[in-house]
Amino acid sequence: MAVDYTTQAAGGIGDAVLRKEDRKFVTGEGRYVDDLKLPGMLHAAFVRSPFGHARITSIDAAAALALPGVHAVLTHESLPVETGVLSASNPGGDVRHPEQAILVKEIARYVGEPVAMVIADDRYLARDGADLVHVEYDPLPVVVDAEKALEAGAPLVHAEYDSNLVKTLEHHTDGFDDAMAKASKVIKLRVDNQRLTPSAMETRGCIGDWQDATGEVTLYTSTQVAHFVRTFVSIVCGTSEAKVRVVTPDVGGGFGAKLNTYREEFAVCAASHAVGRPVKWIEDRTEAGVATIHGRAQVQYYEVGVTDEGKIVALKFDAIQNNGAYNMLLTPSISHLTLFMVPGLYDIQDISIRIRQAFTNTTPTDAYRGAGRPEATHGIERLMDAIADELGIDAAEIRRRNFIKPEQFPYSSATGLIYDSGSYDENLDAALELSDYAGFEARRAESEAKGKYRGIGLSTYVEVCGLAPSAVTAALGIGAPGWEHSTVRLHPTGKATVITGTSPHGQGHATSWSQITQTELGIPFEDVEVIHGDTAFQPYGLGTYGSRSLAVGGIALYRSLGKVREKARELAAHLLECSVDDMEWTGTAWQVKGSPDRSKTIQELAYAGWTSASLPEGIEPVLEATTFHDPPNFTFPSGTHVCEVEIDPDTGRIEILKYTAVDDCGNVINPLIVDGQVHGGIIQGLGQALFEETVYAEDGQMLTPTFVEYLVPSAADVPEMTLSRTTTPSPSNPLGVKGIGEAGTIGASAAIVNAAVDALSGLGVRHIEMPMQPARIWNVIQEAKS
Amino acid sequence: MIPSTLEYTKASSIDEAVAAVAAGAVPLSGGQSLMPMMRLRLAAPHAIVDLSGIPELVGICEDEDEIAVGAMTIHREIAASELIRAHAGLVADAAGGIGSPQVRNRGTIGGSLGHADPHSDMPATLIAAGASVIAKGPNGERRILAEDLITTYLTTTLEPGEIITQVRIPKSDDHSAYAKFHRRAIDWTVVGVGVCIGDNGVRAAATGVADKPVRLSAFEAVLNGGGSLDDAIAKVAEGIEPHAGLDGSVEYKKHLLGVLARKAHGEASSR
Amino acid sequence: MGETITVTVNGTAHTAEVEPRTLLVHFLREQLNLTGTHIGCDTSTCGCCTVHVDGDAVLSCSTLAIQCDGREVRTVEGLQSEDGTLHPIQQAFHENHGLQCGYCTPGMMMAAVGIIEQQPNATDDEIRAALEGNLCRCTGYQNIVASIRAAADQMARS
Repeated sequence: MAVDYTTQAAGGIGDAVLRKEDRKFVTGEGRYVDDLKLPGMLHAAFVRSPFGHARITSIDAAAALALPGVHAVLTHESLPVETGVLSASNPGGDVRHPEQAILVKEIARYVGEPVAMVIADDRYLARDGADLVHVEYDPLPVVVDAEKALEAGAPLVHAEYDSNLVKTLEHHTDGFDDAMAKASKVIKLRVDNQRLTPSAMETRGCIGDWQDATGEVTLYTSTQVAHFVRTFVSIVCGTSEAKVRVVTPDVGGGFGAKLNTYREEFAVCAASHAVGRPVKWIEDRTEAGVATIHGRAQVQYYEVGVTDEGKIVALKFDAIQNNGAYNMLLTPSISHLTLFMVPGLYDIQDISIRIRQAFTNTTPTDAYRGAGRPEATHGIERLMDAIADELGIDAAEIRRRNFIKPEQFPYSSATGLIYDSGSYDENLDAALELSDYAGFEARRAESEAKGKYRGIGLSTYVEVCGLAPSAVTAALGIGAPGWEHSTVRLHPTGKATVITGTSPHGQGHATSWSQITQTELGIPFEDVEVIHGDTAFQPYGLGTYGSRSLAVGGIALYRSLGKVREKARELAAHLLECSVDDMEWTGTAWQVKGSPDRSKTIQELAYAGWTSASLPEGIEPVLEATTFHDPPNFTFPSGTHVCEVEIDPDTGRIEILKYTAVDDCGNVINPLIVDGQVHGGIIQGLGQALFEETVYAEDGQMLTPTFVEYLVPSAADVPEMTLSRTTTPSPSNPLGVKGIGEAGTIGASAAIVNAAVDALSGLGVRHIEMPMQPARIWNVIQEAKS
Repeated sequence: MIPSTLEYTKASSIDEAVAAVAAGAVPLSGGQSLMPMMRLRLAAPHAIVDLSGIPELVGICEDEDEIAVGAMTIHREIAASELIRAHAGLVADAAGGIGSPQVRNRGTIGGSLGHADPHSDMPATLIAAGASVIAKGPNGERRILAEDLITTYLTTTLEPGEIITQVRIPKSDDHSAYAKFHRRAIDWTVVGVGVCIGDNGVRAAATGVADKPVRLSAFEAVLNGGGSLDDAIAKVAEGIEPHAGLDGSVEYKKHLLGVLARKAHGEASSR
Repeated sequence: MGETITVTVNGTAHTAEVEPRTLLVHFLREQLNLTGTHIGCDTSTCGCCTVHVDGDAVLSCSTLAIQCDGREVRTVEGLQSEDGTLHPIQQAFHENHGLQCGYCTPGMMMAAVGIIEQQPNATDDEIRAALEGNLCRCTGYQNIVASIRAAADQMARS
């Protein structure tokens, strides 16, 4: 149904309506998990391994148990849970999946692995008790570097395997060898995509509440995926999934780190069962540095064959992914997303990819904003600049020559994806214009006159969003689908409840879903309530990650709204005594074609559907509909980011003078929210480019557990950004939407690094690793000069 | 994280505070260094004595020769003090850049000195300014040159039972400035240099380049001997061996020392 | 080992018993049920716990509750008027989409009120510099800066 979005009342699709979520947050009435108190609730603190690899020889809890207020000290032996493979990634397939005990069984394999759990009256006493648990360790050899972990003779993280190899992903096109052989030039590049700590401002936390009489367990947890958690809790805690309820209160950011099922979530449930009272655990920031998953940690080796004109004819990608000590929910699948996106938005048909995943004595890695795609984008965008540099072709021009062209869509990529739509030249043109790319050399000269180096960098990206068609997740061996659920329920008074399986944590779904509801069903924005993140309300929900909420969950909603609207049409036709075919939708009512005086508003129809005084043959009471939407394809947002930097050679500090982003996320529901996502995404990419790195010492010690060592940037450290948009609607869904949650992060890091490399290109600098902290840049300059 | 169990007293006079410290309590001034360490349980004092109830520890006043700054005077007040700005601009510079506004609203000059973090801004500027601290203990009051106060990481020459009550900054017509380099705005200083230029010559001190703040003697000697700034910069790191860390290599920090000495010298000269 | 303290919070005097080691933030959250003030780090780096004590923006995670005996504390819950009208800073964060997940927002707004009081005519760069102690992982700060500027303008007019 075609709706003219420009003529509707405020609050519909496309309108920059202010968020309905905001008031509770600005008044301090948000309810995060640590804000919840249950009667009789106890508090948990964990004793964690101080060693990267060690055998536990004894645990003495006597002193802790003697502390007044301590109720229990639980260990692997006493915690009533199953051990198992806590991963949805190919659990029964060709991936090595070591079992994870909830509390360490014999051997700790990374610093921070939970060893024992102290339950006490309050969090102060729980922490005191944890400090009194005496654990004896027998240290074992440690390996933290993934490349070293794959070398012969490396210490084995899991002694039951003959190596630290988790899995090798491979993808080779038939024509690759011939194509590479014909290349007039082969260019090589190594890129280290460093390990990152996601750092949502709210750490993780959860409350387990086990009702002994009924066997029901309620888990309140700060998560992006309530239903995944429920499924795993039932397995690990040995109870019926139907008896487990997972409630997601307000969630203070996730960024993929809360797209997981964590040991502490199982532990508080089991502990509640053991002590007979609710048990709360709130992660400290210092604890979060080791206990919550990390992201990235991928080393890449590129070899690209090009013609003299700069056309890529063959691309080889060989990478090592550091999985950490165990596979978490999706760990082995993250580098599959890298594999998908290795060619980027370039028309490269001959490709050879190998990604080896390694176990190391480090915190497991998993999804972090962009999840596998930023790694691919950063690498290929660095590579494009290397090609441009080698051939003496402008960085914009080399990209243009290799872009997939608009007429090639739908485009079959060499990695097996079908790109839906895009207009990459349009993004590039707009970004070059906005950033005054043409005038750059004059500005470079100005900086040089001041003794500074100025550079400009491009990043042109495409990403794969809308995770995921269930056929694809199945083909990847993921033991979970990719559809999403929605229910739309109209109340007798004409108000609407929307239940969604997505699980927002800052994305503003209550607002966007209300806008879609207003436009598609004519219920005013303010009359729509959106319920999410409670397994008691939803049949199932896959949650919020992978920029999927709108492109999958939003479409599930759209389809439910359509079902309600069609049911309302039958009801209206019945009440107005005419045929369904004679009805037309006004945006807020069904009316007899050409007869505005013969109409029924959606609210009138909601009431009529509820009273059921007169229903058409075969129609059930109540205007309500449910949809499980499985997307036919991914979506493919794209964009061009341009960054301009100035480097102070005295200190090595990089100042970002200008940042321009042009993004194409298809149709936009709320431009305010989309811009906010881009802003935040870019600054996370900037964090990776300039500041952030999770560092382990060789002996497995974590050197960056707090915000003192792990440098999340503040407002004082980042620039203002200039944003613009292009729009190529996705043909894969009726709203034409694509997703925007990760785009900024995916596009940003390469633009910034490319700008810095460009600034120092006069010195012969060809590549810089991240994070480009001042000391590193200063060293790069000294090495280039010597 | 959460501090360990402790006893708390709030002193209403310096003598009361001294008695408590002599009995083993740790003095709590602004708490901006101590509290995070207590939360991480890197410090676990069994008792603390709060100095915030002692009126004479707060405030900035002057006599003929010196500015007297109460040990509990917060960084924000020091940064805003016209008196300090006029006579020891580098101290005001440093105070205005410590931590964040929230930290500057509670953190104190005495606390900064007593905590003795080797990346702290305040001690180096006070050393360059030729300041002294007044310490009071069970055996009475004594004056310690700022330069003699800090011996190594988190360690001072304060005797058991002594607390810092006042910082005394010479009133001078020196031109001075503090220049520092840090990664993020909120971060600890990587390297910072304070320079005072006056009739009696140049004094300079640095933070971040050793286990304690250090005088830049070689730098001073060149300038005070009539040498050029370039020559002084060339010798600035003489005898100094910074520690490598996540914030930079030894070579980088030595280099920064020169960059910041030049910057501080330049800013001081232009004031 | 409990000590009795009286703290005036958002205009109301509360007398309560606390352990000496009780952090102000835990006193507010656990004993007074004022959960709008959040904890984001252990190291005084993130600013989530910012409240005002005797009019100054400070970190409630590095202040002991007992240190606030006899003092006035203002938290995010004390920003709006009794009739429910939002404080200009709250209204500005809403109107400028200055928040996403909302977790850093109370601390950010309390810091912002302090900035506006100290520097009513702050430029964008000065606002950014003064926000050095408040981390946000969602917004990229652009709309936070816009919100504070808007609130400062609004407060200057009224």
